[in-house]
Amino acid sequence: MAHDHGPGQDGESHAGHSHEGSHLSETELRVRALESILIEKGYVDPQALDRFIETYETKVGPHNGAHVVAKAWREPDFRDWLRRDATAAIHALGYIGRQGEHMVAVENTPEQHNMIVCTLCSCYPWPVLGLPPVWYKSAPYRAKVVRDPHGVLADFGVTLPEKTRIRVWDSTAEVRYLVVPMRPAGTEGWSEQELARLVTRDSMIGTGLALSPQQAAETGR
Amino acid sequence: MNGAQDLGGMMGFGPITPEPVKPVFHAPWEKRAFAITLAMGATGEWNIDMSRFARESMPPERYLASSYYEIWLAGLETLLAERDLVRPEEIAAGHSLRQSRPVKRVLAADQVDAALAKGGPVDRPASAPARFSIGDKVRAKIMHPEGHTRIPRYCRGQTGIIETIHGCHVFPDDSAAGRGENPTWLYGVAFDGRAIWGADAAEDLSLRIDLWEPYLDPL
Repeated sequence: MAHDHGPGQDGESHAGHSHEGSHLSETELRVRALESILIEKGYVDPQALDRFIETYETKVGPHNGAHVVAKAWREPDFRDWLRRDATAAIHALGYIGRQGEHMVAVENTPEQHNMIVCTLCSCYPWPVLGLPPVWYKSAPYRAKVVRDPHGVLADFGVTLPEKTRIRVWDSTAEVRYLVVPMRPAGTEGWSEQELARLVTRDSMIGTGLALSPQQAAETGR
Repeated sequence: MNGAQDLGGMMGFGPITPEPVKPVFHAPWEKRAFAITLAMGATGEWNIDMSRFARESMPPERYLASSYYEIWLAGLETLLAERDLVRPEEIAAGHSLRQSRPVKRVLAADQVDAALAKGGPVDRPASAPARFSIGDKVRAKIMHPEGHTRIPRYCRGQTGIIETIHGCHVFPDDSAAGRGENPTWLYGVAFDGRAIWGADAAEDLSLRIDLWEPYLDPL
């Protein structure tokens, strides 16, 4: 799916397909070479490599953040804790560690919508959101969101009410931000699990909103 | 450094392409590039600030033409070459060409979960009181260091307000250059969108940027 790829990632720009009948691009060959050299030199444990991949492909992902948000929607005490000390509150749910060492939760309100970016690289709260999508790490988003967040929201098909201000949080340090989207109407009395299904990854970055019960039903979440 | 990584405010890249949560990786090689980057990061041969500096030191035209895992791969190759762990000719050959020195640590598979859970906190005890208080007006310094820095160009010279004091954090400008952690106060500073972009920005935009004390002057 070419549309999922960043600039220069389409294979055509790497003069691939010409290496002694191999279908591997230059990048693929370099990664393969480097990995085998690192193993040969004893610098990495091949099984550790698989473990890293497995962790972020199957275990850690935005379902963690959705759990945090759903709990904050339901439990005022947890929401207060999240406001005061997001690192500890999130840690208490078991979401800890790398790229989530120093967490801050920012709550959307009718008055203020929050959006997260890392203009300088790709800083992202891994323990609650997993690895960032391609667009989060790519030039179009990093360049535009600090200057024209309304334009970015339009790219995601989102419009905000007139009276809602926008704040963009640039993750320039090791502090990681999690947006707590607004709780959709018509969800009174819902369980944590039901609420979590409304919390999309993009709603926790600020490029989306939480799904309404109707939207969730339509998308089969 | 004023490299291609400092993207805030640039134009002409076109619209953003949303994508679903899965797949996490978009090609098998991305998984391998990701994993070797993390595993080599765990060897203790460099710190996170050094790895960021290696990535942003790519020539701008190459940085902008690369996907993020390609940038990670290029950064890793640079770090390995600088430390004489893996030479470019070895990558070209596809195998090790010599006995190179051992790394400080090798992370075993059964240590991965604990290492990820531990992460790398950067808050440190303070050696001096914070210079600024919440509510203080500050000006982000005009500075153009050739080394690593985390003050984006778009806020340099601009006036903001201290909203949060995060604590004393490792100072990336020094850490990336191997000058030690030199922890210094880190602040959450709010800037008005129009102060930064002028009348072309939406009236209702504000920005929050995390900035270390050496980046800020009192007003």
